[in-house]
Amino acid sequence: MEKSRPFNANMLLMHGALVVYMIIALFPVFVIVINSFKKRKSIFREPLALPDADSFSLIGYETVIKQGDFPLYFQNSMIVTVTSLFFILLFGAMAAYALSEYRFPGNKWMGLYLALGIMIPIRIGTVAILELMVSTGLVNTLTALILVYTAQGLPLAVFILSEFMHQISADLKNAARVDGLSEYKIFFRIVLPLVRPALATVAVFNMIPIWNDLWFPLILAPGEETKTLTLGSQIFIGQYVTNWNAVLAALSLAILPALFLYAIFSRQLIRGLTSGAVK
Amino acid sequence: MTALSLTGVHKSFGSVEVLRDINIDVEEGELVVFVGPSGCGKSTLLRIIAGLEDATEGDVNIAGQTVNHVPPSKRGIAMVFQSYALYPHLNVRGNMTLALKQQKQSKQEISARVAEASRMLDLHDYLDRYPSELSGGQRQRVAIGRAIVRQPKLFLFDEPLSNLDAALRVNTRIEIANLHKQLSTSMVYVTHDQTEAMTLADKIVVLRDGRVEQTGSPMELYNNPQNQFVAGFLGSPSMNFLPASLLDQSDPRTLGLRPEDITIEANGPFTAVVQHVEHLGGDTNLITRIGQHQTTVRLFGQHDIKDSQEVNLGFLKDKAYYFDNDGRRVS
Ligand SMILES: Nc1ncnc2c1ncn2[C@@H]1O[C@H](COP(=O)(O)OP(=O)(O)OP(=O)(O)O)[C@@H](O)[C@H]1O
Ligand SMILES: [Mg+2]
Repeated sequence: MEKSRPFNANMLLMHGALVVYMIIALFPVFVIVINSFKKRKSIFREPLALPDADSFSLIGYETVIKQGDFPLYFQNSMIVTVTSLFFILLFGAMAAYALSEYRFPGNKWMGLYLALGIMIPIRIGTVAILELMVSTGLVNTLTALILVYTAQGLPLAVFILSEFMHQISADLKNAARVDGLSEYKIFFRIVLPLVRPALATVAVFNMIPIWNDLWFPLILAPGEETKTLTLGSQIFIGQYVTNWNAVLAALSLAILPALFLYAIFSRQLIRGLTSGAVK
Repeated sequence: MTALSLTGVHKSFGSVEVLRDINIDVEEGELVVFVGPSGCGKSTLLRIIAGLEDATEGDVNIAGQTVNHVPPSKRGIAMVFQSYALYPHLNVRGNMTLALKQQKQSKQEISARVAEASRMLDLHDYLDRYPSELSGGQRQRVAIGRAIVRQPKLFLFDEPLSNLDAALRVNTRIEIANLHKQLSTSMVYVTHDQTEAMTLADKIVVLRDGRVEQTGSPMELYNNPQNQFVAGFLGSPSMNFLPASLLDQSDPRTLGLRPEDITIEANGPFTAVVQHVEHLGGDTNLITRIGQHQTTVRLFGQHDIKDSQEVNLGFLKDKAYYFDNDGRRVS
C-alpha cells in the first residue's frame, strides 16, 4: 500500500506548487467575478472584498442586458469559435493524415511549408486580408472571421496531428484495408478516434485566442450584426469614462461559454488518454 | 486447384532489391511456412500477397485468379498481424464484425459467424471487452478470430506468436494447427523460428536475402538440405560445420554433422574437449571444441560427463553432409 502510492515530501512539494499556481491563475478571474456583483463605489473602495448586503448590485448585468445586443454577440462568438474549430480540426487532421500516411514527391517540403505558419503571425497580413475580404464582399460577415481563424489555426494543428498520426501503427491501417475500409473510412473510423486526445489538445489551444480576439472582429466585422462578445464589450470602455460594472459583468458572462467548451474538450482528452493502446 | 501461386515476383524499394524471382505454389488446404532470418523479406512477401504492397514484377495468383490489381479486401484473404493490430477503440465484437459490416452481411449471418469463431477460440467471455482489457494470448486469439469470421480462401499469418511467452507460444501453436485441421483452408504462415516451421508446416519455404533457398516438406528439408544455409537453419541444436580436412588433408569441402548423429567412440576420428554440458533430463547436450571448431553433440538419456573432459567423437558415415566452398551440397 505504502509503496504503490508514495506520499512523500516530493509529492507534497509538487502539489503545493500546483495549488499555488492554481491560486495565481484563478485570482484575476475571481476578482472579476466578485466585483461584477458590486456597486461601482465598492469596486474601487474594496476591490478584494466579497459582495455583501451593502455593496451587492446587479447594475452591471442590467446594463449589459439593456445596452447593445449581447445575446447576439454571444451567438456570434459561439458560431465563429465553434465553426473555426471544426474546420481547423477537420482540415488539419486531413492534411496531417495525407502528410504522415502517403509518400509523394515533396511530402517533406509540404510539411515544412505548412508548419512555417506557426512562426509567422497572421496579423502581419492584415492589410492584404482586409483587401481580399473587401474585394470578395465578405467584410462584416462571420464567414470572414471563420476563414481567417481557420487559416490561423491550421499550421499548428497540422504539425501536432501529423506527429500523433505517425505513431499509429501501420499494421492497424493495413488491417483496416484488408477488412475492406476505404481510405476515407480508415481516416474517419480508425485514425480520428485514435488521435482524439490530440484533437482535443489542438481545440483547446485554438479556442481561447479565437474567443478572445479583438483584432480581426474590429477590422473585418465591426458591424452591429456581426460583433463578437469581446468587441461588443468594448462599448463600455470609453476614452474618459469606463463603465466598470458593465465591463466586469460582460467579462464574467464571457467566461462561461469558454468554460463550457473547455469542459467538453478536456473530457475528451482524458477519455482518449485512458481508452487503451494497441499493445 | 492451387490456392496461391507466385510467379517471378520481384520487389525493390528504390534501388534496394528486397525480393528476387520468387516462385511459390500453395496447394488447396496446405499450410505453408515461410521461414528465414530477420530482414530476409518474409513480411514484404506476405504484404505483396495481401495486396498491401505492389510487386515490382511478377504475378500473384489467388485461387486461379490473377490479383495484381485487386485491392486487399477483394482478394479473399485474411491476415493476422505480428502486432495483432486490433482496433483499440472497438470491443472484441466490434473488431470481429467490422469487415463483415463493411461487406454488408446480414445481422443473422454476422452473429452466427461471430458465435462460431468465438466457440472455436473460446472468446465468449470477452466479446464485450476492449483490447486493452485483454492479455497477450487473448488478443492473439481475437486477432485470429477476426480473420476467421471473414471465411477467407487463404489465411496469412505474420509471426503471430512472436509476442507471446514460451509456454503460451506452444499452446497457441497447437491451437493454430488444430484450427487448420478444422477449417482445412490454405494458410501461409511467416516465422523466423525454425521450430514453429517444422512443427506446423505441410511445406516449408526457406528464404534468405529475398531468395527462395529451398522448398519442401519439413522432413525433406531436414534430411536432404540442398545447401549449407538450409542445413544450418533447420534443426535444433543446429548442424555442426567442420572442415573436411580434419579427416583428409586434401579434402577442401565442409563437413556437416547433426548433433544427434555424432557419438562418443573410443577410437573416433575427432578428439574434442568438453566445454559445457547441458543436462536436459531426456537429452544431454555437450558443447565441445574440436581444435578451434565448436561442435555440439546431442546424446540421448543422461550421461555423467564433466567440463574439460577429453572425448573421442565419431559419426554415422551415411548421415554426413558435404558442402562445397559456395555452400552447395555435394554429397
Ligand atoms: N518500406 C520500406 N522501404 C524500404 N525498405 C524496406 C521497406 N520495408 C521493408 N524494407 C526492407 O526490406 C527488407 C525485408 O523486410 P521485411 O520486413 O520483409 O523482413 P522480415 O523478413 O519480415 O524480417 P523480420 O523477421 O524481422 O520481420 C529489410 O531489409 C527492410 O529493411
Ligand atoms: Mg516481418
